[in-house]
Amino acid sequence: MPEPIVQFNNVRKSYQMGMFTVEALRGVTFDITEGDYISIMGSSGCGKSTLLNLLGCLDRPTTGHYLLGGEDVSGMDDDSLSAVRGARLGFIFQSYNLIQQLSVVENIEIPLYYQDRPEAESRERAIKLAKRVGLAERLDHKPFELSGGQQQRVAIARALVNDPLVILADEPTGNLDSASGVEILKVFDELHAQGKTLIIVTHDPTVGRRARRTIRLRDGHIESDIRHP
Amino acid sequence: MSANNPPPKNDSAWRGLSVARLQRAVRLGIRSLWLHRLRSLLTVLGIVFGVCSVIAMLAIGEGASYEAQEQIKSLGSQNIILHSVKPPDEQKVSNQGSQSRVLQYGVTYSDVQRITATIPGVTVMLPARIIRDYVWNISHRVDCEIAGTVPWYPTMRNHRVASGRFFTEQDMAGQKSVCVLGAEMVPMLFPMQSPLGKQVRVGGDYYQVIGVMEARGHDAKTDDATESKDKSAAYRMFIPLETAKLRYGEVLMRRRAGSFEAERVQLHELTVKVASLDQVTIVAGAVKAVMERNHKKKDYQIDVPLEMLRRAERTKQIFNIVLGSIAAISLLVGGIGIMNIMLASVTERTREIGIRRALGARRRDIIIQFLVETVMLSGIGGILGVMLGVTIPLIVSHTAGMKTIITIWSPLLAFGISALVGVIFGIYPAVRAAKMDPVEALRHE
Ligand SMILES: Nc1ncnc2c1ncn2[C@@H]1O[C@H](COP(=O)(O)OP(=O)(O)OP(=O)(O)O)[C@@H](O)[C@H]1O
Ligand SMILES: [Mg+2]
Repeated sequence: MPEPIVQFNNVRKSYQMGMFTVEALRGVTFDITEGDYISIMGSSGCGKSTLLNLLGCLDRPTTGHYLLGGEDVSGMDDDSLSAVRGARLGFIFQSYNLIQQLSVVENIEIPLYYQDRPEAESRERAIKLAKRVGLAERLDHKPFELSGGQQQRVAIARALVNDPLVILADEPTGNLDSASGVEILKVFDELHAQGKTLIIVTHDPTVGRRARRTIRLRDGHIESDIRHP
Repeated sequence: MSANNPPPKNDSAWRGLSVARLQRAVRLGIRSLWLHRLRSLLTVLGIVFGVCSVIAMLAIGEGASYEAQEQIKSLGSQNIILHSVKPPDEQKVSNQGSQSRVLQYGVTYSDVQRITATIPGVTVMLPARIIRDYVWNISHRVDCEIAGTVPWYPTMRNHRVASGRFFTEQDMAGQKSVCVLGAEMVPMLFPMQSPLGKQVRVGGDYYQVIGVMEARGHDAKTDDATESKDKSAAYRMFIPLETAKLRYGEVLMRRRAGSFEAERVQLHELTVKVASLDQVTIVAGAVKAVMERNHKKKDYQIDVPLEMLRRAERTKQIFNIVLGSIAAISLLVGGIGIMNIMLASVTERTREIGIRRALGARRRDIIIQFLVETVMLSGIGGILGVMLGVTIPLIVSHTAGMKTIITIWSPLLAFGISALVGVIFGIYPAVRAAKMDPVEALRHE
């Protein structure tokens, strides 16, 4: 059994809303090993996005520990968390989140930019990834010139550019028609086949079933954690 | 599997400021400013006008005060100048009680004696009698001041002879009929030829022209800045003092409204030279005391060029302070404009900030990104402002004939301040951008 790359140990997250405290996650414990393909599901407001933000080091747990690649990131300062995000995580969002004034290649390069990689090397790598997601013809296009599916493929290339430990996706097909959604899911299957670790938050049962493992949340608890055959 | 590059250590706080990173930040900044060209241009205008007005006003002010100071200096900073002035109550006082009255006033030869005798530190005295009359060359005529004075006038009043010579002790002793013309009147009297050696006529007397003085800038009347507002004071002819005494005596007749009026004035002007600069004020006080003791009426006026110079310098200082405040305010306004735009830009780009933060940008990367933009805005404004600010004084001196002086430090200062304004007013929006929570920023619509 290989060492898990993500370890969640009784993680809680609460938000203070004036006099009330909203418990978004009430003690979540699970491990993820390298190469796993996980979907996180559950009804609206059950804490999926909160969990993904914690996994993505965009936020810190209120209590509990989160070990990423064996390193405890739950108590890190802001700069260190930024470094971790830039080097070890890849993000894919429901609304693509590309920067509008930058071209396809420049969008893909962003994570490398903040790691001070040599410009020529970054450019080369970004072009390679753009080709890999089928955008060889669109390198210098701006995001608004692309379809939703193409934009999401740019986002996938961007999530891969820093060779992350884990790729995190929040409703990646939520804004897409079913055909484009299927395209994206095919890309995810390929990535899984190559041994990438994927965590996908989704409402869509067909998306959920494609994963190897589904964690179901309910009211900030893990309701079920099943492995598909 | 290669998914194991360790997170980079941020050991040095300055890692984020590598030259390459800064270059990229500048390129990024240019692009986002270019994306909102009109907005950037309008923002920059505030700084442009601020910087440009500072430089232009400084140049014009500097030029004006330089001219004033040069004129005062030309009077001689070691000199004290006394003028005879008709006392204000002259109309009522009748000297002799008859219908022909002789008005007696002004600086006298005994004043000269008293000053030399009682005040140490006075080296040379320069008396002058001034008579208003027409000077003729055949049919050419100039209304002119004829100054009877001494041979050392040119050296003491820093007024050099341009051609020919000034009269000498011998000319003076011999009461010769020689004269030296002011440069300004030469073209009017002798439009075609050189005046040297020619004769001019005043009344019934002829004088031989032996020299021409240097021109005194384009505003010749300020040669005696306080003496007379009369335009004709611009034209002066010099003759030996003894010759003047011989020709005119001490009583001057003047026809006025049908009756004659006589004035007895011994000296119209007396220049006192002091041995050293630091004694000027003391000697001036002593001269004032001597004059007050011997003149019941205030029939004289004392001008001290050094004090005028100091006053001019003080005026210039005040001017500079006022100018500095105006400059500061206009740059402040420009800075506020920049801050306003940057705050709007930060709000507008909240989502972008969230994306960049999620993809590994640290707070200081965001700060640098926004700060580079503001500094570029104010820097471009500064450069345009300097270019405009240097051009305007040139145009002004060309069209209005005013002297302007652009000192090297004024564009540097103006540019430096504008860059500083960019940094100061850029910091708050940049910090605000960097402080945003990435999760919140990503959710922003
Ligand atoms: N910043 C916040 N401040 C206060 N409460 C929050 C905040 N973020 C989330 N919550 C609360 O935490 C709970 C979980 O929210 P979360 O966004 O994780 O739900 P979700 O499972 O992603 O829902 P959806 O499927 O609708 O996206 C909700 O009750 C929500 O109101
Ligand atoms: Mg959600």
